[in-house]
Order: sequence, then structure tokens, then C-alpha cells
Amino acid sequence: MKTDIEPTSTSAGSPPQVSARSTGRAGDKIFLGLSRGSGIALLVIMAAIAGFLAYRASIAISKDEANFLTAFEWSTGSTPMRFGIAVLAYGTVVSSIIAMVIAVPIAVGIALFISHYAPRRLATPVAYVIDLLAAVPSIVYGLWGALFLVPHLTPLYTWMDKYLGWTGVLSYQGGAARSLFTVGILLAIMILPIVTSVSREVFRQVPKMHEEAALALGATRWEVVRMSVLPFGRSGIISASMLGLGRALGETMAVATVLSPSYLINVSLLDPGGGTFAQNIASHFKEANDNGRDALIASGLVLFVITLLVNGAARMIIARRKEYSGTAA
Amino acid sequence: MPGLLSSAHPSLRTTTSRAVPTGGFWKESPKVKLQRNNRLRAIAAGALALSGAFVLTACGSDNNTGGGGAASTGNIKCDGKGQLLASGSSAQKNAMDLWTKNYGAACKDVKLNYKATGSGAGIQEWLQGKTAFAGSDSALKPEEVASSKKMCKGGQGINLPMVGGPIAIGFNVPGVDKLTLDAETLGKIFNSDIKTWDDPAIKKLNPGVKLPSLKIQAFHRSDESGTTDNFTKYLKAAAPKAWPHEPGKAWEGKGGQSADGSSGVSSQVKQVSGAISYFELSYATANSIKTVDLDTGASQPVKATVENASKAISEAKPKGTGKDQALDLAYDTKAAGAYPITLVTYEIACDKGNKAGTLKAAKSFLNYAASKDGQSALKELGYAPLPDAIAAKVRESISSLS
Repeated sequence: MKTDIEPTSTSAGSPPQVSARSTGRAGDKIFLGLSRGSGIALLVIMAAIAGFLAYRASIAISKDEANFLTAFEWSTGSTPMRFGIAVLAYGTVVSSIIAMVIAVPIAVGIALFISHYAPRRLATPVAYVIDLLAAVPSIVYGLWGALFLVPHLTPLYTWMDKYLGWTGVLSYQGGAARSLFTVGILLAIMILPIVTSVSREVFRQVPKMHEEAALALGATRWEVVRMSVLPFGRSGIISASMLGLGRALGETMAVATVLSPSYLINVSLLDPGGGTFAQNIASHFKEANDNGRDALIASGLVLFVITLLVNGAARMIIARRKEYSGTAA
Repeated sequence: MPGLLSSAHPSLRTTTSRAVPTGGFWKESPKVKLQRNNRLRAIAAGALALSGAFVLTACGSDNNTGGGGAASTGNIKCDGKGQLLASGSSAQKNAMDLWTKNYGAACKDVKLNYKATGSGAGIQEWLQGKTAFAGSDSALKPEEVASSKKMCKGGQGINLPMVGGPIAIGFNVPGVDKLTLDAETLGKIFNSDIKTWDDPAIKKLNPGVKLPSLKIQAFHRSDESGTTDNFTKYLKAAAPKAWPHEPGKAWEGKGGQSADGSSGVSSQVKQVSGAISYFELSYATANSIKTVDLDTGASQPVKATVENASKAISEAKPKGTGKDQALDLAYDTKAAGAYPITLVTYEIACDKGNKAGTLKAAKSFLNYAASKDGQSALKELGYAPLPDAIAAKVRESISSLS
């Protein structure tokens, strides 16, 4: 992301040397070929993945004795296979939503702090620490979650149960706090860096003119942020969130380490149970037979489709917002 | 994803060549020098945070790696040379590591490489002809035997029992050091039909033990595993009423919580008060978790020990034909001192038509593994040596491999 904001010093600095170093058209052609090739390669790879998933999934689904979309079970070891993705779809979506609800406001806050509030000597180290969080492997997050976060969440959940238990959604029956909510918290920490750093870059791009205009009208610092920075950065925040959501939807090892999976949907988010697509694949892949693998691939196809839908929705929102964002700088 | 990003906001692609001087109170224009100074400090802070994370992970790592057993290389007969590839069951990984070390010390010409990929993947790779033999937690299924005929020219895949081990039931109940359960109560506990530790059924088996009125937290494996397979086979065979589910690698029981891998469930038992779960004995020993004594109907409750598991294996009946030595474990045995929740893992090879290049080396290695030395070396790792009668038959099968 840093590379995008290189100052274009070459055009201003050196004098034009067109006649002296003409390279002809060969370079153009090679470059065109290379970039076109990369574009085509990307499409071919995507199509190959989709084709493979669809083919293997169709084999599995044709052997499925239960309803693939609504069944609450996953038994692929014996010959009449019975499996369904309802629990996995629910768990994946719910844990990702929890992660987004926690992470996005915090990330926007950190990004604003770094770009507009903190003194430079504080902002830079904070930004680096956030970027470093992105470099921690997910299995390390998982181990940290299972060994540190889970035991320490139990008192919080007991407290939540006491005051919010009547909602049903936040009731807690005791036991290890290895629930979808815990997964959401862990995922929130994991997607924080990407959302923060993208938002930060966008906030840095806010035209000085906008901010100064707001200041000239007598706006306070918060009003400047509200009137010029946030509206300008809105589509950037959305795309940052979508990048984070992509990671949350597909996170595997951390979820598999922290969650206590089951093929039931609990009303309560705090009680153990549920599962996600990626976690389910990781848990079953090693010991699965051929049929079991195809079933897992079928669930992978659903995740693929969900991810495509989410990305498509994000693009639509961004396309709609673009005209209002005032990027005339 | 990058496409999404760059199309997201046109300004991301624009450059900061805006020449407007900053007049605001927050200093916006990037100051390269200052950044460089701060970079070191930031890296140091980050390193600090990271090392904190590593310390945390180190606390939880399990200590189950194959111990430094003294290599007894006396009776190993070397044969063949080159690389010997095998893969499969992770339950026998520690045994394989020890054997590989001992065998490698004696036979420098053969390089054995056993990858603990899981039984399913191991059988798959062997069927594709990538490995000389596979390790598996359960005997070949009929359809797997059928497809092995393609790989074994003129023969088929056979099961050679090689590594046995007790599956311990570990518990964490404050104030309780000794607990006796039978198959019926175990089935009900793991099927969420018995919910508290002071349930009358548990009290009846443990006269004189003060059981707290604590919720039972039964943990099972969230991943598919041969341990689950063997444990549920035991429940189904010994208590069909309390355990109505089909045995299998994936958990079919009602309710309960789960965790990933034997290390996952054993660390849950250690952490959570009121927890109970099943895992290989070595995990209980390494984490000093107390284990359940089984009331099998014998005069005395049976402890989960290596010797008692060997005794249960000797009660097993052969179910294979010809060179196949697959065992039918006696899960409902009432023999004194036989611990019936036992796992036997197999090596799987062709009876005829093994790959010529690795046949000699494979025979020599498997012969060592099934030998007295090979088997007795396993005890300290928490595995149960095969009873002599069975080991002798296995060695017979191995020497006839072709």
C-alpha cells in the first residue's frame, strides 16, 4: 500500500530525453503481452478452481442422503453419506459479523488516531506495531486464543449472562468459553491490522483543502473529522472492511484451535458449539476417505460462493458511494 | 482482493504530489527521516509483543515427543538400501520415530521416512503407490482391499498389527483422585445423559468417594480420529443401550464439547474443572491427568496401564484370513486385569506384489518393529507391546511378504 503514494518526482526533476533514448515499440509489445498474460492467467486460475470445486462437489452432493443446504449433521465416514452445511454457513457468517462489529470501529479509531490525532513520534510506532500484528501466523493466534483468551473470557461471559442472559442470545451455561463469540473476538484481533492500515492510508489522502475549508468555517477537530475526513474515507473504510471480512470468512487454524465445534446451532452465542467452513475442512480432511473429501470440497464451494457474493456486494456499495465522496482533489 | 482495493478508492492510486503546505495543527506531510528513527523503536516494541506471544504458546506445548529410549541395536537384521517411504496414522508416530532412530543407527543404508499424515491420507498414498507401506488406525475396509489389488500385482493389501496402546479416560474433578466407571456410565456421560458428577450411577460405582455437585464437561475430538473410532467401538460393544450411535472416526454422540487433537482435548481436561475426555495414555502421563479405572465386570476395576492393555490385546481374536493378521478386539472382555479401551494400529502392505525396490528394506524394518526388542522399546512411550503369540504371527506374515 505504501508504494502507491510515491511522489512523482521524475516528471518534475529530469529534463525530457525523448530523442536520445528511444527504445522503439518492442518494449511496449512485451509489456502489453506480459500484463495481458497475467490478467488472463488470473481468470484461468479462478475458473480452474471454480470448475474443480463444482465438479467434485456435484459428485458428493449426488451421494448425499440428507439435504445439503439444511441438514444439521456431518457423517461422511460410512457409505450412505449424510451431511449439510447449515451449521457451517451460520457459524461462518455469525462469527465474521461479530468480528466486524468489534474490529471495524476500533480499526477506524486507531486509523484516525494515527493519521489525525497522534503526534508523529507516537503515530509511527503505533502504525508499525499494528502492521506487525498482521505478520503473526494464525496458528499462533489460535494457540494464544485457546490457552490465554478462553480461560480469561469465562468471567466476562458469566457477567454477561447475569445482566444480558435474558436475551437468550447472550446466555451462558458455564464450561469452557470455546464459542462462536470467542471466535469472533479472536477474528476481530486478527483482522484489525488490515482494516487499520488500509483506513489509515485512505485518511491520509483526504485533501488538505477540505480540512482547511472546514477549519476556516470554525470547525473543531472532531467536526473536521466528521465533515471532511469520514465522508471522504467512507468507501475506503468499506473496502478495508471487506478485506478484513475476507480473512475472517476463510480463517482456519485459529478457529479450529479455539472453537468447540458441534453440528447444532445454539441460540446462545456464548455457549460452545457451531462451526465454520474452513474449520470443518481442517478438522475432517486428514482422516477423510474419498467421499468425505468430496463432501468437504462441496462445503468449500459454498464458502467460495459466499465470498464472491460478499465481494460483489462490496463493489456495488463502493461504486454507488464514489460519486458522493468528493474525490475531486 | 488487490483489484477490489485499488478500485475501491481512486485516491489510493493518486500520488501525494499535492503541493499544499500543511497549515493545520496535525502535521501531515510525511517526514522520511523521522520515520526511519522511529522504525527501530517500533520493531523493538513489536518484538516485545511477539515474544510475549511465544512465551504463552510455549506453556501449552505438550511433551509427548518420542523419548530418548536407549537404542538397542543388537538384533536388527539389515537388508536392502535406499529410501523407504511410509505414511499414515499419527497415533503411531512416536513409535515410528523411536524405531526409525534405532533402525537407522543399525542400518545406515536405509533411510526410513514416516510421515504422520493421518490414516486416511496414508492409505490413499499407499494405494497410489507412493509409499512402501501405510500406517492405519483401523484395518482396511473391503472396498480398500479391492482397490489395493490394482497396486499389489497378483496380491492384495494385508493388515499387520504393530502398535497397541491404551486409551485413557482422563478426568478433572476437584477433590477426587480415584474414580471408577463402567461402560454404561461412560456411554451415558459422553452422550450427555448423565450431567453431574454426583449422579447416583457414578456414586454407586464409587462408594466412599466424595463427589461434588459439579457439571460434567465431556470433551470429544473435533477432528476425525482413530482414537474416537476405537473409543466409540468400545462403547458400542460394551454398552449398546447407553451408546446408541454408530462407531466411527467422527464423533456421533449427543452434546458435549470438543477440541482439536489429543493435545487439544487433554489440555481442556487440565484447564476445565469438571472435565472428562479420552486420549492416548501418554497424554495423561505427560500432563499428569488422573485416569479412570474401568469396572469391566472383573473382580477388580482395571487401571489404564500399558500392561493391562497388552492383556486385552491378547484376548483379541484374529479376523483376517491368510497372511492378514487383523484383530477383532474383545471390547467386552471380563478377563482380570485386561483394559479393554485399547487401540491397535496396523501397518498395511501387499501380501504379494510389493514394489521390488523397497521390499527388502520394508521387510527388514517391519521385522525389527515386530521383534521383541522393537516391541519392548515401546513401553516407555505409553504404547502396549503386542502379546508374544500375536507378534510371532505378525513376524511370520512379514517374512513371507513378496
